[in-house]
Amino acid sequence: MGGDSGPVVVVGAGHAGFHLAATLRQGGFGGGITLIDGQDRLPYQRPPLSKTYLAGRAAGAALPFRPEDFYREEKIRLVRGDPCVEVDRARRCVTTAGGARIGYRHLVLATGARPIALPLPGIGLEGVCQLRTWADADRARALLRAAGQVVVVGGGFIGLEAAAAGYGAQVTVVEAAERLMSRAVSPLLSRYCLEVQRSRGVEVRLAAQVTALRGAAGRVGSVELASGERLPADAVVVGVGVRPNVELAEAAGLRVADGIVVNECLETSDPRISAIGDCCAFPGAAGGRTVRLESVQNATDQARCVAARLLGDRAPYRDLPWFWSDQGDLKLQMAGVGDRASQEIVYGRVDAGRFSVLRFRDGRLVCGESVNSVGDHVALRSLVAHGAEITPALVSEPGFDLRATARSFRARHRAAG
Amino acid sequence: MVRVTYVAEGADEVTLDVAEGTSLMQAAVNNGVRGILAECGGQCQCATCHVYVADEFLDRLPGMTEDEDEMLDLTACERTANSRLSCQLVATPALEGIVVRLPKLQR
Repeated sequence: MGGDSGPVVVVGAGHAGFHLAATLRQGGFGGGITLIDGQDRLPYQRPPLSKTYLAGRAAGAALPFRPEDFYREEKIRLVRGDPCVEVDRARRCVTTAGGARIGYRHLVLATGARPIALPLPGIGLEGVCQLRTWADADRARALLRAAGQVVVVGGGFIGLEAAAAGYGAQVTVVEAAERLMSRAVSPLLSRYCLEVQRSRGVEVRLAAQVTALRGAAGRVGSVELASGERLPADAVVVGVGVRPNVELAEAAGLRVADGIVVNECLETSDPRISAIGDCCAFPGAAGGRTVRLESVQNATDQARCVAARLLGDRAPYRDLPWFWSDQGDLKLQMAGVGDRASQEIVYGRVDAGRFSVLRFRDGRLVCGESVNSVGDHVALRSLVAHGAEITPALVSEPGFDLRATARSFRARHRAAG
Repeated sequence: MVRVTYVAEGADEVTLDVAEGTSLMQAAVNNGVRGILAECGGQCQCATCHVYVADEFLDRLPGMTEDEDEMLDLTACERTANSRLSCQLVATPALEGIVVRLPKLQR
């Protein structure tokens, strides 16, 4: 059914899917582009849902990437509220829930990830919500506004951003691991953020497991921990991580392993099918392992990589991972990925709340975490991206200047062509 | 409403009537003005909403925060004295008639 004259079909209209469609068209692609999503919305941004939109400081009107006119003008066929349910690789077509069959010349899976649903007693009580979609954010906003006692289950980025929404309730964050954001940040940064949360009057329970949600008349009233303790709660926000949406790919016989497996050019085992964004597992730059990143940067840059390939410019995906999280007035920014770092060195003034944590692996800078220090972060993007020879010894020298080092590094890099 | 003119490289000018309180970036993406990507949605994280403000309007602009100043070092096209991130330029009567030139590339 599908063939070389068919459209490029994109499944999923989150950051990756939207940017694929937009970049492909704006790069001059002359064929059809079909963008399919299960939500009946204009494609929209995710970061504000746990930050300014959740806090009631941004309007819904600011969430869509582009207005409806954009899709018409750019001749991008938007299929809304009708999720893709099957991929037929032999016929090169997809089928939607509503029964539409759409042939493709190339298929891009940008199916994203879904929140992990904790199988706890009481998870279905009124007053309990997750935070992934626009509808979730609307529900969470209404709950938080009205609540007196909020329990946030999960001390990762989503949980900490939700805890900072600032509606005046008493907030308790419950985290199962020994420290906050344990999968993503240095122990030093976990400790710093813990102190900031506590200084704001947020209660944080670490190494604490939620075992049940209790309530009356169908509404949540408390959160029960493994210790037996019950935390009063009239609103519970659950943010304990996500699972990549690999089901379509798996059913179609593509390889999946904590994500849809792709090569360095973001192609699946089927050359007519690519996968990008939160849903895909790709070879890490350092070699030897598979990486799955959950970030706007990864979604956008992987979309650009595949769009470029479809326009004839094939190149491996090597973009620097970077990330941000706004937790009240705490602005965290990260350059690089530090999960295999073995050493951390602080640069700047922790007591002034403006500093960076430089993380090293095998004596080389692999990640920089910056707190309220955009200049450091900008410097670290260059240094980490170019695998600069920044060693712990260099950073520890008196008078070491991160920004000056980055500037001279950039200048040398430019001069060398 | 504030009149804003966007001039793209080698393309026609587009003039929009922008509601006060709307950023020049938001007005551009909402009205089909090409040449502004705004990949981070206006959070001052990506430097892909870079514009060059015409000389005569420079002193009417809102002040540049330290964060914007730092992020401007990441623009794809050369940073000049006229460079601003349009997600940080909010339309006010002071900007009436402003003209901004769009860089050749945002990435």
